[in-house]
Amino acid sequence: MPESVTPLDGATCSGFVTIKDAGLAGMILLRADLGDTDVVSALQGAGFDLPDPAELVGELGNGALWMSPDELMILCAHDEAEAIVATLAEALSELHVLVANVSDARAVFRLSGNGSAVREVLAKLSPADLRQAALPPGRVRRTRLAQVPAAFWFASDDEAVLICFRSVAGYVLELLLKVATPGSEVGHF
Amino acid sequence: MLILTCPYCGVRCDETELAPGGEAHLKRFGPGSSDEEFEDYLFMRANPNGVHFERWRHVYGCGKWFHAARNTVTLEVYGTYSAQVHAPPQEIRDAVSNRVPGWHWKDES
Repeated sequence: MPESVTPLDGATCSGFVTIKDAGLAGMILLRADLGDTDVVSALQGAGFDLPDPAELVGELGNGALWMSPDELMILCAHDEAEAIVATLAEALSELHVLVANVSDARAVFRLSGNGSAVREVLAKLSPADLRQAALPPGRVRRTRLAQVPAAFWFASDDEAVLICFRSVAGYVLELLLKVATPGSEVGHF
Repeated sequence: MLILTCPYCGVRCDETELAPGGEAHLKRFGPGSSDEEFEDYLFMRANPNGVHFERWRHVYGCGKWFHAARNTVTLEVYGTYSAQVHAPPQEIRDAVSNRVPGWHWKDES
């Protein structure tokens, strides 16, 4: 099999926040009715914690993102994804679900720097409410970033993780760089 | 700018995160219906000056369709509710009645 590479190939760029390619990440799409107790107990039996709506448990590389009432994204190490897909398919085999390895479908960025500067960079591009109270660490927001869909969450007060589709990774990198140009700080947060 | 709360994920979405789906609670007239009924279903839409019920889709988020009750004049939003209903639920009717006593929308009031 050819070696997997990220669309940004390890890019690191600095403005008034640092924008970094987060590297290869394992992502597994799970489509199932998350309100169904059979699905929930099968997932918990297989060792997966379920996030509350619009939240995340764990972190990039080991966790789960709530995407919609019938969609979870399981985060794992890139090389473990196939094994986890098999585990999940086995655990949920009696139920109406879909499990797929979509690790290479998306690009992942890490935005780090001063917490309020990171919030400002995202707020310049998206209509989401980025105040600390509305988006504390652990909450996920799927939204629009300029012209493309994206999702982001705060891993800590000073670092945000952003995912977007692979095909628009270059566009998103340029967007983030543009709005993080030193001197363009608004200082809203 | 409209801000609607998605009833499925609880996110307060800006209008630009949503896709409009037109008038709510249409009943489909397909094979076997009269030409008039089919024309009504396909082309005739309410265009009220006031209380309106619409479908929206949270396209940049969870992807779910939902319903919204709002006012086309004041842009006030009375509430959003599940897509899996044929008519506005009672709490939405009450919310509209509180603000616009005696409202009418198609056969609803």
